[in-house]
Amino acid sequence: MTPNAIEREILIEAPAETVWSVVTEPGQISRWFSDVAEIDLVPGGEGTLTFADRATNQRATVRLLVESVEPPHRFSFRWDHPAGVKPDESNSLRVEFTLAAEGRSTRLRVTESGFDALNRPQDEKTAYFDAHSKGWDTHLGSLRDYVAGRS
Amino acid sequence: MSLGVPESPRRAQPREGEDELLWEAVAEPSRRRVLDLLLARGDATPTMLAAELPFTRQAVAKHLAVLTRAGLVEGHRQGREVHYSVRPERLNAAAQAMADVAARWDVRLGRIKHLAEERARAGQEEPPGPR
Repeated sequence: MTPNAIEREILIEAPAETVWSVVTEPGQISRWFSDVAEIDLVPGGEGTLTFADRATNQRATVRLLVESVEPPHRFSFRWDHPAGVKPDESNSLRVEFTLAAEGRSTRLRVTESGFDALNRPQDEKTAYFDAHSKGWDTHLGSLRDYVAGRS
Repeated sequence: MSLGVPESPRRAQPREGEDELLWEAVAEPSRRRVLDLLLARGDATPTMLAAELPFTRQAVAKHLAVLTRAGLVEGHRQGREVHYSVRPERLNAAAQAMADVAARWDVRLGRIKHLAEERARAGQEEPPGPR
């Protein structure tokens, strides 16, 4: 796992096709992810995830752009870029699901990456952070190891 | 440490000011080396840290002052020297944003598992299609 990414996985006692449906079908997505989901499930397809904040009773919509759709193995998208802007590495995070059969079960792995770019402060700090990003990565890694060791 | 736009419900809400101080404290590479070494040692004086780093004792002391202001380390006097140690709860705060994102994915994966296994069981009990 690179410090720029979060990677989690889980073993599911179901065939990959079943897991794929749950991960990618809007009607299912609204049961495990956002409150409402609309996705055009093709590479380059657009989608929105709407979250309702129960505390404030406000709704927030997050945009996504589908990257790859390879049933039942891989599904990836970029999300949370500003409206009317094409998502890229500087303004969005990349989420990738991979599914791998293990006997009669399926290992589902999710990777969310691109935090470095989003963390980078604007203009006056950019050059500084570029020059020292390696050190920052190292430090984030040690912070995380430390937290992981304690929890 | 901000992880992005505040309206996004899936990210940690940054606490302005306090997070800024944390961020500034760990953003400087030499300071991170001081913090990393202190993490490894558990407890050390500026003299002990300077012996293992390519910095003067005065430079180490300055870094420790910034880290203390951010609440990441605390000093306690023992005899003639001040010993410093890391405040783990504050380090947790610095790493919390990343940890929050990971925890949210764990919750989502757990829900996916539940939904998929429920479907798989239903499929086994009642095979689809006419008999």
